[in-house]
Amino acid sequence: MKLIILDHYSQASEWAAKYIRNRIIQFNPGPDKYFTLGLPTGSTPIGCYKKLIEYCKNGDLSFRYVKTFNMDEYVGLPRDHPESYHSFMWNNFFKHIDILPENTHILDGNAPDLQAECDAFEAKIKAAGGIELFVGGIGPDGHIAFNEPGSSLVSRTRVKTLAMDTILANARFFDGDLTKVPTMALTVGVGTLMDAREVRAHGLPRPSLGGWTCLSVINYTGTTDNTY
Amino acid sequence: MRGGQDEARSPVLQFTNCRILRGRALLREDLWVREGRIVDPEKLFFEERRVADEQRDCGGCILAPGFIDVQINGGFGVDFSQAAEDVGSGVALVARRILSHGVTSFCPTLVTSPPEVYHKVLPQIPVKSGGPHGAGVLGVHLEGPFISREKRGAHPEAHLRSFEANAFHDVLATYGPLDNVRIVTLAPELGRSREVIRALAARGICVSLGHSVADLQAAEEAVQCGATFITHLFNAMLPFHHRDPGIVGLLTSDRLPPGRHIFYGMIADGTHTNPAALRIAHRAHPQGLVLVTDAVPALGLGNGRHTLGQQEVEVDGLTAYVAGTKTLSGSIAPMDVCVRHFLQATGCSVELALEAASLHPAQLLGLEKRKGTLDFGADADFVVLDDSLHVRATYISGELVWQAEEARQ
Repeated sequence: MKLIILDHYSQASEWAAKYIRNRIIQFNPGPDKYFTLGLPTGSTPIGCYKKLIEYCKNGDLSFRYVKTFNMDEYVGLPRDHPESYHSFMWNNFFKHIDILPENTHILDGNAPDLQAECDAFEAKIKAAGGIELFVGGIGPDGHIAFNEPGSSLVSRTRVKTLAMDTILANARFFDGDLTKVPTMALTVGVGTLMDAREVRAHGLPRPSLGGWTCLSVINYTGTTDNTY
Repeated sequence: MRGGQDEARSPVLQFTNCRILRGRALLREDLWVREGRIVDPEKLFFEERRVADEQRDCGGCILAPGFIDVQINGGFGVDFSQAAEDVGSGVALVARRILSHGVTSFCPTLVTSPPEVYHKVLPQIPVKSGGPHGAGVLGVHLEGPFISREKRGAHPEAHLRSFEANAFHDVLATYGPLDNVRIVTLAPELGRSREVIRALAARGICVSLGHSVADLQAAEEAVQCGATFITHLFNAMLPFHHRDPGIVGLLTSDRLPPGRHIFYGMIADGTHTNPAALRIAHRAHPQGLVLVTDAVPALGLGNGRHTLGQQEVEVDGLTAYVAGTKTLSGSIAPMDVCVRHFLQATGCSVELALEAASLHPAQLLGLEKRKGTLDFGADADFVVLDDSLHVRATYISGELVWQAEEARQ
């Protein structure tokens, strides 16, 4: 387990983006060998996405042979709602790069059978040969994706009821109206994440956690040892 | 209406490296077009899994909705009010030439004429979509003959009429069938105007107040009956007076039907309206301002003397005079010149200047879902402008219909 502490958001974003870029380039993806990337949403990864877009526009990085799988999506929110994770990924990433639409995968929170949708997502990951690198965010309470603290370590993609803290935190994106905030989401499980060849998580710890005022990038290398 | 299958096969065009006018702001966004309409690329991405078939680099230019001119009497030697044998080719010539001014839709305008002229000319000017052949015809603007004698301006006195006797029947008798008519300018102080306004509005025809000595009360009543536009504000109406603002007072009237506001045409050619007056109107009611050219046949003719029908006209830059005099002979400033002059004179935002020539006329005519915007689903009629709002290229239904000389390779 590696713990890297960086002073500024932009520095951390650039560091993360460079890492992803280098991993993809070293992998040397092609028509018979796609790089599968797991992706997060939220305010934390925005800086990283901006940098990746820059590398793509520079010609340093192509997403032509990259397949992406997002961690989660709200249940019941229309796909074109400005707060849906589909909208987030389009506006902050997909529309600026050369990825092919059919190579992007985001859970459908409006599927008629939600668990079937989750199972199908797991099957798509398997069909793609598993995730090479899963990039994620760690929430203030230590949750990853929508797996709140206490989630089973072998959990798979499933429907989750959101924690009250999460709903309250999200209210600001829905005009402060709690009745408009989604209460459920589809999320990859902790087990799904651990199946990836590599997981990198970014977190913004609250000041109460030992007074950190910086971003940390935590590198899980397949072990579940999370003491630091 | 093409089915989903056909649409899926149609090529998708992506205009990149541009700023587009959308949601009242200039955004750094690409413009996506398919089958002549503006499409939502996010929907294409997630639902159809489509990328663009062709990308066009716009060199950092501004993409604005194509300009809409709702008052233009002719141009390039053509006079729409002439009872020519082949009115159609005159309209077509003007339609093609105004593409270089960024105009993608217009309302050919007829000034006060005898009934024979209306009966002969109107059937020859059908509503028509634009394309490489020229700007689209949205319908005819009939300015007169039901106007004030005192405020007739350059309209021929002999052909002024009233509808006091038979109201709407007089209107039909004068114009003939109204199928191709989009706007009628009349003076609301004429007897029985309320019936006429209601009848025209019921037929979806835009009623405009102009060439009139109406006081504010008469003007407000006209709006309550369905009038929605003012023809070239300030010109050919009573001047603003602080105890009776007249038609000008509609801009700030509190007696208009709820949820409705008045639109008003302005000729911003630098001559017909003093810049201070332009600013007063703009500041009082910016959302209602509609830029019009009110151009006459001398538009587009070079400097010098020209014979236009019965008139001898002297063109000097952006001004036309009755030959040998200092009397103005109508406006000849192209629409893009009006947009630039309006921007400079009022100090308004680029967005508002562009909307005054596109969104506002579209709203006036109830066309804002298809024209005057770059929203998804709208017709891909747009103009490519540099930062000083000079026209670089004009597109109709996503097709390039005009391009500046320097841009051609």
